[in-house]
Amino acid sequence: MSKSLSQIVLPVAGGTALALSVALVVANLDYGQNKISSLEGRLEQASVRADDAAGKAREEAAVTAELEAKIAEIQADARVRAASNSGLTEYAPNKESGYGLGRKARTEEIAAWDIDVLPDGRGLPQGRGDVFTGEEVFAEKCASCHGDFAEGVDNWPVLAGGFDTLADKDPVKTVGSYWPHLSTVWDYVHRSMPFGEAQTLTPDETYAIVAYILYSNDLVDDEFELSHENFSDFEMYNKVGFLIDDRPEREYAKWSNDPCMENCKPSVEITMRATFLDVTPENGGESVMNDAKADDTPTFVAKAATPDATGGGAEAAATKSPAVDPALLASGEKVFKKCKACHAVGEGAKNKSGPQLNGLIGRPMGAVEGFKYSRVFVAAHGEGRIWDETALTEFLAKPKSYMKGTKMSFSGLKKEEDLAAIKAYLKSFGE
Amino acid sequence: MDSKMKTSRRTFLKGSVALAGGSVAGAAAANEADPLITEVQDWASTTGAGVDETPYGMPISFEKDVVRRNVEWLTASPISSINFTPIHALDGTITPQGCAFERHHSGAIELRKEDFRLMVNGLVDTPLVFSYQDLERFPRENHVYFCECAANTGMEWAGAQLNGAQFTHGMIHNMEYTGVPLRTLLNEAGLSPAGDLTDKWVYVEGADASSNGRSIPMEKALDDVLVAFKANGEALRMEHGYPVRLVVPGWEGNMWVKWLRRIEVTDAAVGSREETSKYTDVYEDGTARKWTWVMDAKSVITSPSPQMPVSHAPGPMVISGLAWSGHGKITRVDVSRDGGITWQKARLGKQGDSKALTRFYLDGDWDGSAMLLQSRAMDETGYVQPTKQQLRESRGENSVYHNNCIQTWYVDENGVVENVEVS
Ligand code: HEC
Ligand code: HEC
Repeated sequence: MSKSLSQIVLPVAGGTALALSVALVVANLDYGQNKISSLEGRLEQASVRADDAAGKAREEAAVTAELEAKIAEIQADARVRAASNSGLTEYAPNKESGYGLGRKARTEEIAAWDIDVLPDGRGLPQGRGDVFTGEEVFAEKCASCHGDFAEGVDNWPVLAGGFDTLADKDPVKTVGSYWPHLSTVWDYVHRSMPFGEAQTLTPDETYAIVAYILYSNDLVDDEFELSHENFSDFEMYNKVGFLIDDRPEREYAKWSNDPCMENCKPSVEITMRATFLDVTPENGGESVMNDAKADDTPTFVAKAATPDATGGGAEAAATKSPAVDPALLASGEKVFKKCKACHAVGEGAKNKSGPQLNGLIGRPMGAVEGFKYSRVFVAAHGEGRIWDETALTEFLAKPKSYMKGTKMSFSGLKKEEDLAAIKAYLKSFGE
Repeated sequence: MDSKMKTSRRTFLKGSVALAGGSVAGAAAANEADPLITEVQDWASTTGAGVDETPYGMPISFEKDVVRRNVEWLTASPISSINFTPIHALDGTITPQGCAFERHHSGAIELRKEDFRLMVNGLVDTPLVFSYQDLERFPRENHVYFCECAANTGMEWAGAQLNGAQFTHGMIHNMEYTGVPLRTLLNEAGLSPAGDLTDKWVYVEGADASSNGRSIPMEKALDDVLVAFKANGEALRMEHGYPVRLVVPGWEGNMWVKWLRRIEVTDAAVGSREETSKYTDVYEDGTARKWTWVMDAKSVITSPSPQMPVSHAPGPMVISGLAWSGHGKITRVDVSRDGGITWQKARLGKQGDSKALTRFYLDGDWDGSAMLLQSRAMDETGYVQPTKQQLRESRGENSVYHNNCIQTWYVDENGVVENVEVS
């Protein structure tokens, strides 16, 4: 350390400034020290072992040299940084002994947050679940987006199939065809799904769902039960399909030659044009992109941007029912962003993963044709229940308690302003 | 003289202010006095807005088109989605927070500073919990870094697709961050249980419903990673992880965990969904590459570009763009007007900061004929931004991520610009 310090050229003149930056630089050099200490530890071991086993001596010597080179590299790196100090502030000091900030984490706090599961299964809680149970839970909590057979509804992710497509132009990367570790499925489902209600699944439910996802990928039979005991025996289909980043060897050397500046090729032809037609902005930026509809294959339909098709929603709605406060409508439109993933309104609105919401007030519950409602909605429909303001307010405030068993994965609107705004907004769309 | 005419004509073409006046300023300028000069305008006579009219200022209404946009069909839901920075309309290097692209996996959350907790656990001497205030008491640093989503330009692997630099290259922003080095926090917890650090990892995780988590090798964690709480001088925006996000200079945006809540020292990569199912690269033979963290050198011409057509007559013209590299500084950018047959060195707006956006300009005359504009960045390692063909030869076309190819814009005689591919 002190040796390297002496080689630092400080670009500062004045006395105090010099002293200060020496202090900062010293501290800054520290950060490589952790790495260096550990490397030095290995160095010692390497030379001890080299003394013991003469046969291995050459091999160990090579390791030693490599480690020494690494240390030199880290030190040189730190020196360059310190010397150039190109940052906006000088490097922050780092007190070896710490600053005494923060408090000790409690065991139950760590248990609550540290839920990750490693590829070797470490971190899994005890539990079990079979395919049959998994199918039921999946149908209730996952199928509205991922499909009954994990095949994916609309644009929502597909979780099954796609085997032997990885070398195709459009590989279908699913849990079955692509994922290398089973731990990832458990960890992700447990921490992030269902979308909109994360961290509500119990360990047993998670084991069951994971078993079902494996089943829908034909990787296990319908008798299969997954538990913390047999978890690490399971090998994923694409386990060996991942190599570590090889751009350095594959590309960097090849692509680091002095580039050609003149006569670099005999001629140039346009071989492909953007599939979107020209979107020359008329208003300095309005673009047809926002109107483009998804297709299975990305072929794009472009049409000229019309004001009411792009962002004029609030105004358009306002013209429909001029009696309503336009500011309320505008905030309703904003709130509707939370619903947009699953619901459409307006002319030509189609069912998405939730039913279209045109003419909602006064409409019987669960009444949209062609939409597959959950049992509770089918029952409400049978009872002849109607969407009025009160029902809508209560439902949207707490969907799951108002409609026990609904498959709408939405936690609810908490603010009264939001509820008022969304109702005004929805009311502005008639049949 | 002429320049004034040009500005008003340009404004007219862009369909904003000039239209309000009703007269075609450009035509007026040709043979009669400009009423904008000869007549007293309203704004030169009556008074304008007082202070406090907007306690936090927004861009003037004429700039309302300089906003983030998304491409709805890309994702199933705007809650797990991405939008794009309007890089075509910006200059300089710093991205204003309000139009810097967003990518969420479960929506942007509102997390108060008072409710913020950051845990450091795993292979450490003392697992710790920090409050927001604790973080502000550690020595901090300021750095400008770019943050690029690994999927930026991802739609272009199989061919030219989206017409606009915003859509082809807008999953990037560049801000000045204020934060505490991650190594300071790791040191605070103590790394001795981790022993030999060379094969250790730091797993970082967010507080939102996706709890996006990524494994970062210890070497990087101890190097330049920042735990940041300010960007461009003010608090982070909600959509960028308020109150605290991770900054992982030069590495793919997904690792810049927002709403940071936990840092765990581990002896293995966790293999989370975001580092297996996503953010891995499928090569032509169907094998995938993992741990492809660094964003290689890349550049794009932002103007002219499809959303920024040439709206002036032949003559002086500024070609401008951005270049960046996750390996360090940009040392040179070349620009071609003929699809890569001949190249000229561009002027770097400012000698590049390491792992930050560099602005470049090519100043010259446009003769009014069609052009195939390209830019090619070089970084301090000597790496030269590849062509699309080179990338495809190396990796095939099955990939989504890490497309850093040279982009081509076709500018026709009328100044209309289109995204194309060339031989
Ligand atoms: C409201 C719709 C919705 C529901 C309900 C839902 N998911 Fe998801 N799921 C998503 C979305 C959206 C993503 C992608 C999220 C992202 O990219 O950040 C996703 C991603 C996934 C993935 C990862 C897919 C991949 O290829 O990376 C798995 C596995 C998954 N979900 C399983 C489940 C399970 C199991 C359930 C039920 C417990 C469930 N999901 C319920 C919407 C949903
Ligand atoms: C994650 C997807 C999702 C989100 C987000 C969502 N919904 Fe729903 N919604 C559904 C589904 C699915 C149903 C059908 C419920 C059932 O069958 O149990 C539904 C049903 C409804 C119904 C009953 C319609 C009828 O025909 O009876 C209303 C009203 C409704 N949603 C309004 C909203 C509003 C307003 C929002 C936003 C504040 C919203 N939803 C957000 C998925 C969603």
